[in-house]
Amino acid sequence: MDRIPVLKMGQFLLVTIQVDMHDQLALALQDDLTAQIVRHRARGVLIDISAVDMVDSFMGRMLGNIAGMARILDAETVVVGMQPSVAITLVELGLALPGVRTALNVEKGVHLLTEAVRESSS
Amino acid sequence: MSEHSEALPIRSQEDVVLVRQAVRRLAAQTGMNLVDQTKIVTAASELARNTLIYGKGGTVGLEILKEDRRSGVRLTFEDHGPGIPNIQEALKDGFTSGNGLGLGLGGAKRLSSEFDIVSEVGQGTKVTIVRWNR
Amino acid sequence: MSTPPVSRLPEILAASENDLLAEWSAALDRQMASRAGTLRAVAADFLSALRNGAQKGELSDISGQAWAPMRSLLEQFSRDRAIQGFSASQTATLVFSFKEPLFARLRIALAGDADALARETWTANLLLDQLGLHTVETFQQTREEIITRQQEELLELSTPVVQLWDGVLALPLIGTLDSARTGVVMQSMLEAIVNTGAEMAIIDITGVPTVDTLVAQHLLKTVAAARLMGADCIISGIRPQIAQTIIHLGVDLTNVITKATLADAFKLALQRTGMRIVRPENVRPEARKEA
Repeated sequence: MDRIPVLKMGQFLLVTIQVDMHDQLALALQDDLTAQIVRHRARGVLIDISAVDMVDSFMGRMLGNIAGMARILDAETVVVGMQPSVAITLVELGLALPGVRTALNVEKGVHLLTEAVRESSS
Repeated sequence: MSEHSEALPIRSQEDVVLVRQAVRRLAAQTGMNLVDQTKIVTAASELARNTLIYGKGGTVGLEILKEDRRSGVRLTFEDHGPGIPNIQEALKDGFTSGNGLGLGLGGAKRLSSEFDIVSEVGQGTKVTIVRWNR
Repeated sequence: MSTPPVSRLPEILAASENDLLAEWSAALDRQMASRAGTLRAVAADFLSALRNGAQKGELSDISGQAWAPMRSLLEQFSRDRAIQGFSASQTATLVFSFKEPLFARLRIALAGDADALARETWTANLLLDQLGLHTVETFQQTREEIITRQQEELLELSTPVVQLWDGVLALPLIGTLDSARTGVVMQSMLEAIVNTGAEMAIIDITGVPTVDTLVAQHLLKTVAAARLMGADCIISGIRPQIAQTIIHLGVDLTNVITKATLADAFKLALQRTGMRIVRPENVRPEARKEA
């Protein structure tokens, strides 16, 4: 079964979602990320969904879960690149993403994470 | 008037992905704009998952509808699962419920132009949604 | 119900097709102010579709399967004429102009049987009327499609998204907002946010006379969508009347940043993106040059 690759980017982890995920793949990603946060003592997780054209309630819950688990492990989560039609649909669906910060792109996401880390270290 | 109908099985998670892709293709064919396409694909994903998990597997019928001023996509999700005892309750949003029914029905209804559900305990459930492109 | 005698129309059409085409083309040349050549092709196709439809289908109802090729033919013709700017009646004239040669031919074929002639003429008349009306309906539809498309283009032109500064977009809305227009407008703003990477978007409604519940909700949803994406919105230019309407409607704006003027919104947007406007100490505003 293919898994979504998790890349190490300094003290952060980067995940780029490019395939249409079925539920099991999403759960595997949750597990992988949690394990890798611990292994690398990562302080932040960046999830790039700029290639994702649909986010339903399951995937929304997955993102929320990742953010929650990451926070327990002292890492912040930022989701970047949400497409306008996905955002509009999520609003219509009534799905908020609690505990999930967002940024327009990877660059701004890294900026956000860096600041968050700096704040929590001071 | 309905044109082009096809039926897909929903027996596995991979099937759910295939359903999403088929709905996206069909919606694009009717010239639906991107946001409306995303809405119906998302609704389809919710309902397909319900059919798989709660309904223990079933089928979905996909049709293109054509009327004078507009065209649209109609999806009919059917299963012979346990059925839903209280539809009104099921339509309310339950974020915290773990069994998957939480946001599915209510959400799919909000994302669709038309929504209909028929369910009988012990017999199964049939959910029909339509998204018009105008 | 007594069965009416079988119509001889199909057989007459088949037997006299070439003569009918010749006579009809002559009539068309007289009546229609356009190139006879292209019309002859359409007339020929019409005749053969007519013959087929009459043979295989109902003469009193052109909605059946047997008349599908004829309906397509008429729709294509009608669509082309609509796009070229002809009027509905000019387009239907093609069909109605066939009555003259057809009735003439019926008179010849059924000479001596006044009853049959009257019956067949009436049948043919009703049939051609149906076909003519079908042409008109398609014509109307095509015109409406053109109008709708023009409205959409107008819509896109009238809602430009402006970049006020790095990372600050403005969307000045002018005119009444209906649900459809608001939707399109909001989508283009969200897309502009993605394309320019702007984290602040100002929606200015100074030029909007009234706001109803649907529009207000649309605005709120757009703000929510922008925030989900990682940007934020300020709504500016809310006139006193609109503020009152919003309160009356019970719309909850507590989570939305609002400013009375675009200028105030711009100042706030700059602040939020970490910018400040400063007048350096020893520089005077440029003196105007003498005229």
